[in-house]
Amino acid sequence: MAGPAARRRGSGPFVLACLLPALVLFVLFMIVPTVNVFRMSFYTWSGFSPDMRFVGLDNFVRLLDDTQFVRAFQNTVALLVVVTVVTMGMGLFLAAIMTRQRLRGRTLYRFVLYVPSVLSVVVIAAIFSALYDQENGLINGTLRLLSLDGLRQVWLGDQDIVLWSLAIAMVWQSLGYYMVLYMSGMASIPEEVYEASALDGASAGRQFFAVTLPLIWQNLRTTLTFFVMSAVNLSFVLVRAMTGGGPDGSSEVLLSYMYKQAYTNSSYGYGMAIGVVIFAFSFLVSLLVSRATRREPLQF
Amino acid sequence: MTPFTKARTGRALTYVLVTAIALAIAVPVAWVLFASVKRKGEFYGSPWALPEGLHLQNYVDAFVGARMGQYFFTSLLVTVLGLVFVVAVSVPAAYVIARYEFRGRSLVEVALLAGLFVNVNYIVVPIFLMLVDWDRALVDVLPGGFFIDNPGVLSLVYAATSIPFTVYLLTAYFRSIPADYEEAAALDGASRFQIMTRVMLPMARPALTTVILFNFLAYWNDFIIALTLLPGEGKTLQVGLLNLMTAQKAAADYGRLYAGMVIVIVPVLILYALIQRRLIEGMAAGGVKG
Repeated sequence: MAGPAARRRGSGPFVLACLLPALVLFVLFMIVPTVNVFRMSFYTWSGFSPDMRFVGLDNFVRLLDDTQFVRAFQNTVALLVVVTVVTMGMGLFLAAIMTRQRLRGRTLYRFVLYVPSVLSVVVIAAIFSALYDQENGLINGTLRLLSLDGLRQVWLGDQDIVLWSLAIAMVWQSLGYYMVLYMSGMASIPEEVYEASALDGASAGRQFFAVTLPLIWQNLRTTLTFFVMSAVNLSFVLVRAMTGGGPDGSSEVLLSYMYKQAYTNSSYGYGMAIGVVIFAFSFLVSLLVSRATRREPLQF
Repeated sequence: MTPFTKARTGRALTYVLVTAIALAIAVPVAWVLFASVKRKGEFYGSPWALPEGLHLQNYVDAFVGARMGQYFFTSLLVTVLGLVFVVAVSVPAAYVIARYEFRGRSLVEVALLAGLFVNVNYIVVPIFLMLVDWDRALVDVLPGGFFIDNPGVLSLVYAATSIPFTVYLLTAYFRSIPADYEEAAALDGASRFQIMTRVMLPMARPALTTVILFNFLAYWNDFIIALTLLPGEGKTLQVGLLNLMTAQKAAADYGRLYAGMVIVIVPVLILYALIQRRLIEGMAAGGVKG
């Protein structure tokens, strides 16, 4: 409800003065660019020259035959699935034992696990580049020390491995964030529910599936949307900082390919068409996931 | 096994597992901290060896040679300016959305809500081209360009992109404050502006703190917008670190890179440690406030 001021007369100029700066910035730097992404996807344009031609849906038709685009799409979906399954599983497991088992030093564990969430993606990319360094990185250096040279890999330079190396970095980055989210959901479940099910003879594992999971279901659904967003966006910034899409396009993801087209290749319109596809894709996946996981909300 | 020993082994296993995961997070970060004071020769030995001494030359190299010192101040400037901008425009907007009825209010609310779903990564290219366009239009007045390579403009863009989140959070908080305080202040003859700044703003401190912390991390950690809008010499810390990474690949100059990473990590870690303490204190105090 609006406060008392609303009923006073002559509030118009005050409201306008309060609202205008925020609205101007918002329209200028968010609405207009967003509209431009959609509009430009129907044109061919190099980005800087005045030569701009309307081509309708041509950019989208071209996408279907673009093997590099298809590959970037597959990589994004693969990262989305792998990172979501692993992070969610580990996050739920950790949150459950932290809240249920009352581990000693919980705050310290939580502190450490949440650290990657405050680091920038460039830092994370730099840390993992250091771990993965071919000669003197932590992983290969350790393997050499243990005389396990056979296990050494070119973690970021091998087409078959690079995507997994990225997935590990993504899980490392987001695990603590999701654990904290799930912990806060679980903390609100009353102890009596567990006591009651313990009286019925339910084991800790059984309680997890029969009590904890159903009661934090809404919490879980929300995080699924976050997973879709981060698979698209986090993967891009990591790829951009760590591999540049290489070797030979094997770690290209949708947004990094869009950038490549828009900047390096100066096919601005084509790049924006990719942007529209990513936008539609993440929106649709979020919608589908949200539909598929809809349940009647359970009460305590 | 008796149920008792079984429970104990289970518990021990849990500790081992959780500790292993925590180590997997902590060790890489600690490793970078240690490596940042190693001499060049030490990087070719065992990666687990502790540094032989404090080789602080790496930091001098990073600060001066790689200009991380200069970039540090650009980052600080851009972040602080961005925070000032976003608070200055979002607090009044959130306040009138929460408390005043005006035509188009629901439209504004819906638009801002939709803005929550617009990700910067998509729109930074159009923003860049728009700014290039503006510079071109102004070329007679300002031949050097104004909008590109301008930290002030970068912080405006930061502020703009976080308006939806900031207004959303503040509006919800303002709505949760009872109107009695404003009524009392109005009876005392306070103007609308005074009610907003003297009565409501101090009461919204918890929400304001949250907003500032999250936006601080977003601005300080961003590199995509900074990379695009500051292509010239005046870079931010994150972009500078990215350049160090590229340079290291060519020259194998590890010490400088690790020192650079520490320069980027440490301020955020300190801030995080402070918030963490405050978070726990806040939870303890929350029991009193209810």
